[in-house]
Amino acid sequence: MSENKSYLKIENLRVEYFSSKEVVHAVNGVNLRMHKGKTLGLVGETGAGKTTIAKSILRILPDVGSRIVEGSITVDGQDLLKLKENDMRKIRGNDISMIFQDPMTALNPVQRVGEQISEAVRLHSDMSKEDCDKRAKEMLKMVGITEDRFSEYPHQFSGGMKQRIVIAIALACNPKILLADEPTTALDVTIQAQVLDLVAELQKKFNTSMLLITHDLGVVAQVCDDVAIIYAGQIVEYGTKEQIFHHPSHPYTVGLFGAIPDMAGDDEWLHPIEGLPPDPTKPIKGCAFAPRCKFATDKCFNETPVTHKTPDGHECSCHNMKEALKEEEK
Amino acid sequence: MIMSGKKHKGQSEFSRFIYQLSKNKMAMIGLAIIILEVFIAVFAPAIAPYGYQEIDANALRQPPSSAHWFGTDEIGRDIFSRVIIGTRYSLSMGILATLISSAIGIVIGAIAGFAGGWADNVIMRALDVIQSLPGMLLVIVMSAVLGSGYFNTILALSVGSIPAAARMLRANMLRQRKAEYIEAAYSINCSPARIIFKHLVPNSISANIVQMTMGVSHVIVQAASLSFIGLGIQPPTPDWGAMLSGARAFIRKSPHMVIFPGLAIAITVLAVNMLGDGVRDAMDPKLKK
Amino acid sequence: MSEMVRVEGLKKYFSTARGLLHAVDDVTMTIQKGHTVGIVGESGCGKSTLGRTIIHLLDKTDGKIFLEGKDVSDVKGKELARVREQMQIIFQDPYSSIDPKKSIRDTVKEPLIVSRKYSKAEIEEKTDELMDLVGIDERLKYSYPHELDGGRRQRVGIARALALNPKFVVCDEPVSALDVSIQAQVLNLLKKLQQDRDLTYMFVTHDMSVVRHISDEICVMYLGQVVEKCPSKELFKKPLHPYTKALLSAIPSTDIDHPTKREILQGELTSPINPKPGCRFAARCPFATQACHEPQVQQEVEKGHFVRCCRVKEVN
Repeated sequence: MSENKSYLKIENLRVEYFSSKEVVHAVNGVNLRMHKGKTLGLVGETGAGKTTIAKSILRILPDVGSRIVEGSITVDGQDLLKLKENDMRKIRGNDISMIFQDPMTALNPVQRVGEQISEAVRLHSDMSKEDCDKRAKEMLKMVGITEDRFSEYPHQFSGGMKQRIVIAIALACNPKILLADEPTTALDVTIQAQVLDLVAELQKKFNTSMLLITHDLGVVAQVCDDVAIIYAGQIVEYGTKEQIFHHPSHPYTVGLFGAIPDMAGDDEWLHPIEGLPPDPTKPIKGCAFAPRCKFATDKCFNETPVTHKTPDGHECSCHNMKEALKEEEK
Repeated sequence: MIMSGKKHKGQSEFSRFIYQLSKNKMAMIGLAIIILEVFIAVFAPAIAPYGYQEIDANALRQPPSSAHWFGTDEIGRDIFSRVIIGTRYSLSMGILATLISSAIGIVIGAIAGFAGGWADNVIMRALDVIQSLPGMLLVIVMSAVLGSGYFNTILALSVGSIPAAARMLRANMLRQRKAEYIEAAYSINCSPARIIFKHLVPNSISANIVQMTMGVSHVIVQAASLSFIGLGIQPPTPDWGAMLSGARAFIRKSPHMVIFPGLAIAITVLAVNMLGDGVRDAMDPKLKK
Repeated sequence: MSEMVRVEGLKKYFSTARGLLHAVDDVTMTIQKGHTVGIVGESGCGKSTLGRTIIHLLDKTDGKIFLEGKDVSDVKGKELARVREQMQIIFQDPYSSIDPKKSIRDTVKEPLIVSRKYSKAEIEEKTDELMDLVGIDERLKYSYPHELDGGRRQRVGIARALALNPKFVVCDEPVSALDVSIQAQVLNLLKKLQQDRDLTYMFVTHDMSVVRHISDEICVMYLGQVVEKCPSKELFKKPLHPYTKALLSAIPSTDIDHPTKREILQGELTSPINPKPGCRFAARCPFATQACHEPQVQQEVEKGHFVRCCRVKEVN
C-alpha cells in the first residue's frame, strides 16, 4: 500500500446535500487511494455515501443543493476540485468515465446506440465522423456486440446488452479511470457474470484503474484488488482484498460478512447487524457505528476513531480494534 | 426517516402539505385575499353603503367621491356597493362550478379508469366530443340552452371543465392500478368498490386538486365573459362582468365604471392563481425533502 | 395429509401484441406442510407469476391447484375469499406495496376489516398484536410509509400478510430490495414466524445464498418451466441440470481462496413468447443435441430429485 504509487488520491473529502430544512452529511472525511491499473472496491450500504464520492470525483453533483465542503481529489498530481469547469469537461468522459447502475435509463432512447458511442469519441477528439464511427464499431465488437447492430436503438437490446453498450461508451475514449456504480446490481446473475468478466478483461487490456461501487461482497471477491468499506460517510476499513477477506477487523465489516448467508455453513439463524444506519442529517459524535456495535465503549461515543494499522498491515478506524479481533479469532 | 427514540404520532401527507403550503408567501397572500373576499361576500349587505339597485338620479356617471367611493354608473347606482355585492356572485360561481365539474369528472374518470374496455372507450369518446367544442363556445351554448340565472349559469360553466377533470383522474388511476399495493388490496379480499374509493382515488386525486384551484380562476373569467355578452347573470344583478358590459359605452368619458369591476376580477383571479401555484408546489413530491 | 399446496400442469399465459407469452408452462409440484420451497430463476422465468397464480391473484390459464388436498382450481365468490384468506403474499418492493396515503396501522388493519369476522375492539387488539409480532415499535404505529425505512415497511407487509392467519404464504423476493444487514433481520423474522405459526412458505428469489439458507426444497425455473427440483442442500452439492450448474457457477463467491470454476453462459435468454417446443435452454446449453428440440419430460433421476433434461445422464 505505498503512498507514492497512488494514482487517484482522495483526502479528507466532505460533501453535504442541503435544503431549506436540513443538511445531509453524505461524506464525512473520506480518505481513499486508488492504484494505477488496479480495481478498488468501495463497499457499503444504501446511503453510506458511495455514489456521492463517485459523483464528486467527476464533479457531477447537482448544482443546487449540494456542496463539497472540503477536501481534495488528486489524479496524477492534479487536484480535480480546483479545476475550472471547462477543464473538468475535458476530463469527463475522456480521462475519467462513469458507468451508472441502471442500464435502462443510462442510454438515450431516441438515439441509435452506435451514434451514442461515436458521439462520446467525437466530443473528446478531433477525429472525423467516419473515424469516430469506426472506433464505435470496434468498441461494440470489444463488448461482444456484432457490428451490424450499430444502427439499432436501445429498446432493441436486453438489460445485459444495454449495460455492455454503456461500458462501450465509457471506455470509448480509453479513460485512465473508470467509476462503476453498482454496474451489475440490476442484472441477472448469469448476465452479471458475463459483464463482470468483460469489464475485468477490458480493464486489463487498457490498464484502466477502476473504482467499483457495490454492496455485494461476492462481486468484490471476484473483481477487486483493493477494498474500502464505507459506513455513514466514512471509510472504516481499507486494505487489499486478501487482507479484508481474511482478517476483517472493523466490527461493521465483521458484521457484514456475518450477515450474509454462508454458502458452506449450516447455521439456522443469520447474524444480522442490529439497528439501523444513523440519520445523516444529524452530526455524529464519536464513532458512527457505535450505537450498533457490540464492542462499543464510552470512548466510542465521544471520540472520533483514528485510523490504526492492523496486524497484517491494512487500515481500520476503530478504538477497540484489538477487542474485535480477539472476538473474531474465537 | 425516523431514527430517533421520540414518540411519533405520524405526520400524514395532508398535514405535510399544509405545512409546505404555509411556508409559501405568495400562496398565503392569495389565500388571505380570498378569505377577505369570502368575508366581504358573506357580509356584503352590511358593508355596502347603498343597495345594489338604489338609484340616485342626480348622480349619474359620477367619478369617485367621498359619497361614492367608486363613483356611480349610468343609472346612478353606487359602484362600490355593486362591486361589494358582486363578490357574492363571481366567487361563489367560480367555486361551485369547479366543485361540481370536478366531482362529476372524478366519478366519470374513476369509472372509465377502473372499468377499462368498452366502458372506458365510450366514456372517453363522449368526453372527446365535449372537448372538441371550444371552451367558451360550449359555455355560451349551454347557457343559452339552460337559460339565464344564477344556478343555470353555474351548471353551464361546469360542463366545460368536466372532461379535463375526468381525464386527469383516469390517467393517474391507470398508473396507480399497476402498483403493488393495489395487488395487495386484492389479495386481502378488498371489493372493487373499496379498492377504488379507499385506495385508487385518494392516490390519484392530487393532480385534480391542483387542477381545481386553477380552474376556479378560469371559471370566474368565463362567468364574467358570459355576463359581458348578456348571457348568464342578468342585470340588475351586480355581477362584475355584467357591470363591465354596461360600462362599455362609457369607457372614455367615465373610465371608473370599467376600472373598478375590472380590478375586482383581476385581483380575484390573481389571488386564486397564487394560491393554486402554491398548492401545486406543495403537492409536488420532488420539491419535498 | 401433510401436503399443503399442490399444482398439476399449471399454466399461465398472457396475450401480448407480439404473441402468447408462456409465463408459467406446465408446472407440477407439491409443497409439504411446514416446509419452505424456494423458487429460483432469473428474470422472465415465471417465478413471480407462479406464486401469484397459485394464490389466485392471477387467473390461471390451465391446470389444477390443490389446497390441503381440496381442489381450489376454479373457486369463485365467497369460496374464493375463503381460499384467499389461507393463501397470502408478501411483496418484493416495500416502497410500492403499501398504500402511501394510509398509516401503517390502517394497512395492517385492513384485512381484518374486510373479512368482517371481528368486532371493532377485536380488530384494534389484533392489529396491536400483529405489529408487535413483526417487531414494529410502539411509537411508530401511527406512522406513514414515507417516514419509515425499507426494512420496517417490509415488516408492515409481513404483518398484513399474516393478519388473516393464512397457512400458506408466498414470499415474493421479500428481501431483495433491502440492505444486507437488514435482510438478515427480516429473514430471521420470517423463519421465526414460520416456526411459531406453522406456516408453509413458497420463497421466490434470485439470490442463491438466501434460498439455500431458508429453503427445505428448491425448484429452479427457466422460462416458465421447472428444470430441476430437489432438497436444498442437494442442489448445491449435486446440481444435475446444465442451467442449474451454470447458475450456481455464476454466483460470485466470497471465498477468495477457492474461486468457483465459472461456466459462463453464452448468449441471451430466448423469448417466452410463442416458444418453440423442446427444451427452452437448448439455445444456450453447451450440451445441446438434436434430441433437445423434442418436448422434455420431468424425470425423477434420484429419490426426490427431479430434472427436466433428456441428456441428464450424459451431462453428469
